[in-house]
Parts: sequence; C-alpha cells; structure tokens
Amino acid sequence: MRSTLLIARRELGAYLRSMTGYVIAALVLAIDGVFFQAFVMSGADKLSSQVLSGFFEIAGGVTMVSSVFISMRLLAEERQTGTLVLLTSSPVRDSEIVIGKFLSALVFLGMITLATVYIPALIFVNGKVSFGHMAAGYIGLLLLGSASLAVGTLGSALARTQVLAAIFSGCMMAALVVCWMLGRVTERPFSDIFATIALWQKHFPAFQAGQIHLRDVFFYLALTYLALFGATRVMEARRWR
Amino acid sequence: MIEVKGLTKYYGEHAAISDLDFSIASGEVIGFLGLNGAGKSTTLKVLGCVLLPTAGVVTVDGIDIARDPHEVRRRIGFLPDTPPLYNEMTVGRYLAFVAQLRGVPAGETAQAVAEAERKTATTEKHDELIASLSHGYRQRVGVAQALVHRPKLLILDEPTSGLDPVQIVEMRNMIRALRGAHTILLSSHILSEISQTCDRLLVIQSGKIVAQGTEQELARDMGGGGTIEIEVVGTSARAIEIARTVEGVGPGRVLAEADGVATLSFIAPPDLRPKLARALVQNGVDLLRIDRGAARLESIFLQLTKEKDTRLPSGGLQ
Repeated sequence: MRSTLLIARRELGAYLRSMTGYVIAALVLAIDGVFFQAFVMSGADKLSSQVLSGFFEIAGGVTMVSSVFISMRLLAEERQTGTLVLLTSSPVRDSEIVIGKFLSALVFLGMITLATVYIPALIFVNGKVSFGHMAAGYIGLLLLGSASLAVGTLGSALARTQVLAAIFSGCMMAALVVCWMLGRVTERPFSDIFATIALWQKHFPAFQAGQIHLRDVFFYLALTYLALFGATRVMEARRWR
Repeated sequence: MIEVKGLTKYYGEHAAISDLDFSIASGEVIGFLGLNGAGKSTTLKVLGCVLLPTAGVVTVDGIDIARDPHEVRRRIGFLPDTPPLYNEMTVGRYLAFVAQLRGVPAGETAQAVAEAERKTATTEKHDELIASLSHGYRQRVGVAQALVHRPKLLILDEPTSGLDPVQIVEMRNMIRALRGAHTILLSSHILSEISQTCDRLLVIQSGKIVAQGTEQELARDMGGGGTIEIEVVGTSARAIEIARTVEGVGPGRVLAEADGVATLSFIAPPDLRPKLARALVQNGVDLLRIDRGAARLESIFLQLTKEKDTRLPSGGLQ
C-alpha cells in the first residue's frame, strides 16, 4: 500500500509538473465549455434538468477521450525512457505499480472533472436543478473515467511507446463504445452480451439523468478491475519474456 | 552471496544466455566482461530481478530469485545501462522517493539520501533538477539510487558508459570507495576499467561464461604469466641480459629504443616487478619505469573471445 501511494504521488507530481498535464486539462475544460455552449445551450428552450443532462453527455464523451491521453504515458513512457526498471527492480509488486499509476491518473482526471463544476453551477444559479442530479452525474463521470483510465492503463502496459499506447487504448475504447451497435445487429445471446458491455450507451445515460443503478456502478468497477488485472498480468508476463 | 547454476534466458527462440554457472562471495568486486551483445545486460537484469530466468537457479543470500524476487530486490541495488532518472524531480526528492520505495523508513530517509549523496559526491546537486545535470552527474545519481537503501549487492551495468576520461577516473574512484560496504558486480567492455577496479573477472561470450578468475589466473590459464614493461637508460641488450638472470622472467622484446632510452617487455608475472627492479638497479642499469604490461587484459580477452566471435576485429573493445 505504501509503495502504491508513493508511486501515485510521484506520478501525480509528474502530471502537475509537466506541460502535457496542463495542456490536457486546458483542452478538456475548453472543449467542455465550447461544446456546452454550442450544442446544449443553443436551440429551443430546455428544462434545467435537460441542460444538465446534456452537459453530462458531453462531459462523458470528453472524459473517455481524455482518459486515453492521460493514461497513455503511465507505463509506456517509463518503458520508453528506461525508468520502468527503477520500479521493476524495487521490492514492489507489479500490481502495486499498476494501481499506483492508475490512482494518479484517476486523481488527475478527478481534478479536471471537478474544475468543470462551474457549468452545473451556472445552471443551478439560472435554473432549477437538484444536487442529487449533479452528484449522480459526477459519480457517473468518475466511474466512466475510472473504467476508461483502466483500459488506458492496459493499453499503456501493452505498448512500447506512448503513441502506440494511445492507439491501443483508443481501439479498445472504440470497441467498447460501439458494442451497442453490434448488439443491434446480432441475435441473442450475443446481442445481450454486446449491449451489456457497451461502455457508454448502456450504462451512462442513467447517471446523466440523475439516477444511480447498482448494475451500472458494478459494471464500471468490474471493467476497472478487469483492465487493471490485465495490465498487471502483462507486466508480470514481460519479466518472463 | 550469489550462486548461479544453469542460468538460461531465452528471448523468443533466441538464447541470450545459456547455462551460466558462477558464484560470487560476499564483499567481492566482480568484473563482468564481454563484447556488446554477449549477454552481460541480460545476466545482470536477471540478477537484478528485472527479468526472470527461463531455466536455472539463482540465489542471492540463499534466496531463490524466482521464488521470492520481492525479498531479493530488497538486498540489491541495480544501475541499468541507462540510469533510470525522472527528469522533472530534483536529485534529493528523487533519491528520497527511491529510498522509500525500497523500504527505507520515512524517518531515516533524509539520512539515507545524505549518505548516498556523500558517497557519490552529489550533495551539491541536492536541490537541482535532474534534467539540468551533466551526463557525469546523471551517472552518479544513477549509482546513488542503487545504493540509497544500503543494499548488500550492487549491480552496475556499464557505469562508465559515455563518460569522458576525467569522469571515468572519478567513477572508478567512487566504485573503489564502495568496496567493503557492498558486494559489487560491475559490467563493462572497457578493459582497463575492469582491470583496475575488480578482484575477479567473469568473461562472457555469446551467452556463455568462457572464463572466470583473477587477471593472473586467467593469464596463467591462457598459457602466459603476463608481461612486465620497463624503461631503462642505455641499450636494451644489457637490460635483457640482466633481466633473464631473474628467476621467472621470460624472453624480452624491445618495444622502442631511441635517444638512449630503451622500452622493453618481458613475459613474466607482475609480482616479479620488485625483484626485476632490484636486479637492474644493483647491476647499474638506470631504471626509469617499471609496470605491468598495459595490454595484458586485452590480450587475455582477445584470446578468450577470438575463436568464438568472428566480428571481434571491429568489436566493442576500448
């Protein structure tokens, strides 16, 4: 646990000391704001809850994409620069390395997500939305972000370079997102399976609407666990190669 | 300290090292010598528990690295061929991070960092960003991270790689100063480096250990007792005549003779230098210099690897 927190703290420091971290944060906030103004606030009058739901829809998409870029450096960069050997030659388990890295990315994403709170606050001031709706939306964003970052960590464990890591993670994320389409064109039981593992379509809209279903929470946590487990296995396997 | 039996490591279908056997006693400074691609780094990575062996048994302090790598890593400090440094951290913060990662209690971290910095002469760089350090200092910080948790075994893979001559001497002195406090396994393809720093040599070629022992033992095994080089005033004939009267000194050859000064080389164990010097001086020869043959280790190494590696003439010797 101590090693995990040490790695997480160092990694978070690296995000906050690097230009990349600030560029990602600035882009996320800018895209959230611009898209919110362009796609949610425009058009016909809407209820406050519809506006808030629209914001979470945009933020969900931006969170998934930004997770790919936040996580691509986690293990691939260390492998690329030769610093991974510092961790792998220390008395630290591969699972501690993976979880430490993942936690730092999750905290960083959490900080960016928290910085978007001014948008729901504007709706709150000018309209009428419940704190519950806002809280459910943000919990959904963090769970979606957690699952996306875990998939990104797996991609980063598989790749030798950051660019490859982003490509691997992007492909896995895209596959998980479009699963719902496959669910429409296949027959049962495959249609059910594809629909269930669809990262966004099946599980996020409830949070967006201010509802928290245990099955959705479980799905995101299970995906996080499985992806991190996979990343750990990849790290362990590399020692035998 | 280290027992290696039948160590083999495959990368896919290719055996990087094959059936290695050697042991290292506590407190020894061992030179691991081989051409580029001979299997040095792979062996060191296995010993450093970064890679796990395909076959064979490696124990460090009696602990099997395949069964309990976690425990072995506590006893090892590993400097890979490229120092694993985080550029965005200061030297002090970096070493504190490594110390804590390797189990140094939080209360003792500052002392451990100060000690590592003192041993590697990096104290003045404590608050500097690693990104701003010169290559020599980066290498020193690399050694500091390897010893900050006070490991019993130090594994240094090419610690002088890329250093200028002054930095090489400084690094050599630093490694010598670590003798006694740690068992050191040092790899290099710089022969003079190994010769001047290590107690014993392991020579690896094409993934196999082709020789091991002290420089003298290797020279003896190769059928020669080494060479002694002398520089005398006068003609070479007189010096050769006197030198051959010393028991154990073999045939001599003239390396240079100009301006009344002759440089000669004799086939003889370096231990005979005092005897030879006395004989020359007592017989009225003015001795300007006496030394072990400079190219001795190089010739041993060439002989050991010559038959096994056809690319040797353009290989990585320095």
